[in-house]
Amino acid sequence: MSATETSLKPYSREWLLSDRPTSRRQARFGRAYIVWRRFAENRLALMGLAIILGLIFVAAFAGVLAPHDPVVGDLRNSRLLPLGSPGYLLGTDDQGRDILSRLLYGSRLTLLVVVLVAIIAAPIGLIVGTVSGYAGGWIDAVLMRITDIFLAFPKLVLALALVAALGPGIENAILAIAVTSWPPYARIARAETMTFRNSEFISAVKLMGASPFRIVLRHVMPLCISSLIVRVTLDMAGIILTAAGLGFLGLGAQPPLPEWGAMIASGRRFILDQWWVAAMPGFAILIVSLGFNLLGDGLRDALDPKEAGQ
Amino acid sequence: MTLPETSVATRRNRRRASSALASVLRFAVTVVTTIFGLLVVTFFIGRVIPIDPVLAIVGDRAPAHLVERTRIELGLNLPLYQQFVIYTKQALSGDLGTSVLTSNPVLEDIKRVFPATMELATIGTLIGSVLGIPLGVLAAVRRGSIADQIVRVIGLIGYSVPIFWLGLLSLVLFYAQLRWVAFPGRVDIVYEYSFTPQTGFYLLDAAMQGQWEVMWDLFRHIALPGALLGYFSLAYISRMTRSFMLNELSQEYVVAARAKGLSETRIIWFHALRNAGVPLVTVIALSYANLLEGSVLTETIFSWPGLGLYITNSLQNADMNAVLGGTLVIGAVFVGINIFSDLLYRTLDPRTRSR
Repeated sequence: MSATETSLKPYSREWLLSDRPTSRRQARFGRAYIVWRRFAENRLALMGLAIILGLIFVAAFAGVLAPHDPVVGDLRNSRLLPLGSPGYLLGTDDQGRDILSRLLYGSRLTLLVVVLVAIIAAPIGLIVGTVSGYAGGWIDAVLMRITDIFLAFPKLVLALALVAALGPGIENAILAIAVTSWPPYARIARAETMTFRNSEFISAVKLMGASPFRIVLRHVMPLCISSLIVRVTLDMAGIILTAAGLGFLGLGAQPPLPEWGAMIASGRRFILDQWWVAAMPGFAILIVSLGFNLLGDGLRDALDPKEAGQ
Repeated sequence: MTLPETSVATRRNRRRASSALASVLRFAVTVVTTIFGLLVVTFFIGRVIPIDPVLAIVGDRAPAHLVERTRIELGLNLPLYQQFVIYTKQALSGDLGTSVLTSNPVLEDIKRVFPATMELATIGTLIGSVLGIPLGVLAAVRRGSIADQIVRVIGLIGYSVPIFWLGLLSLVLFYAQLRWVAFPGRVDIVYEYSFTPQTGFYLLDAAMQGQWEVMWDLFRHIALPGALLGYFSLAYISRMTRSFMLNELSQEYVVAARAKGLSETRIIWFHALRNAGVPLVTVIALSYANLLEGSVLTETIFSWPGLGLYITNSLQNADMNAVLGGTLVIGAVFVGINIFSDLLYRTLDPRTRSR
């Protein structure tokens, strides 16, 4: 038996699915493969993944894909052209700018917001949550009270007030959304940490003389990551919607940046006659946040089969 | 809008509080610290504004001694912690400062506009519950069927669509094209003074005074924003109902009821839904709180004279007192609703009562 096990071709299906991995690498790849197979069974989740990959692709190659300049329009010849005009597939706005090109470039801003918020908020939540859950006692009480305070504010309203104080702009909008996004992550990481705080492997590490710092960093945090990733992915849609809402209110990205929410706001003035100017960016927001929701649902089902279908 | 799904589970854990007194005490501490925290946050935001409040009042060409005197009058020369104590005292006694825009005390303004927001959120929650719960039950009972898929897609779109955009498009369709609903606003100017607001819920006021014509006009105004918020509430409520019902339907008492020969209808609507109803109350309360937040963008689209429109209007006019006052009030209401739903949960679920 063992002779056949070791002779499996690396990275083949059998090698990945083997229940007797011979190396740590094989075990890791094998687990990832199983998760992927569960994920790939879900057609909607695959669609979500495709949408997000599409977003990344479009953001990377906006310069090549966009037929026109996103900022400078042709005011003389192409003001408020309807859908399907020659050369302007999705029409143009009041400044004669091609809406399609603006949407393509706008994907970069959307991606920027989502990535930066995740990079800022997820680690804060992870640190606060794991420290709180592992330490317990007064540290836990204090950190959780602070978390509760931030949870008590509705996200959009707190972000509004913050941006109002800091001044409008995409950087401040990102900062405000990040400040309002971390508390749920802290809650999740804490709950997760509490479930294995008293388990034997932690005691074993402790016996070996690991410092609390090392235990949290090397042994607790990695175990919290998967549920955190799911939650962050599911939150992405909300982040995009909040950013678009701030943009719509004129507090996010400033003109002439092609931010989707701000584009809706500028199209609002002539929505009765040239509805597509405001409608198209909305579709873009809808599709991308739908993509993140589908991806997040699929990830949750794949990583946590207990919850699947609930 | 993000919707907290974990809070229901944490609530369930929380009910294992050891004794009633300890839980009441813990409760009080939570409320006090949260309110205190809200004050710290709004105070802090108010202090980091790049606009100097003194220069905003006296103008930037005022002589130095005038600037200094105003600074002292406003208490801005004091150390920060003293300023915070003053701020807390004022806020707790209901003084949220004066709005630059309306030159009224902020609290008075908020009292005036808040019922409009509540009316809208109430209608939205009603629509969301009345439609969302049956849809969620249907999806759970027919798990995996076409009906389940449709409910899921409706919910997913609700989670993914920008509310202000949907509002704009529905205005184009239902107001501009079909003429089914009235122009944005709360009531036509013709009817504005033909009834006396008492509760602040205009629909209720008009009904109580028998003003049916006014009521029809009010209905034509609230229909669209109410339906829109109702949709968002529905997305959340139906999803949670489905999840709770799936949980209940897999319990052993359902098997027992089936073995006893009860009809499926009876099992679903009387036994399972009744048990799922307890966490659902929490969900409905949370959804109400979320609609208060969702109303910020909805109100700007529909010119609905509520707290959301008040905050965004003040924002556009750099009226920070009003913005922060509004933020504080919404935060406090949020805390209030959470406490309320928590208490309701404890009363409705006999298992949470301490023996």
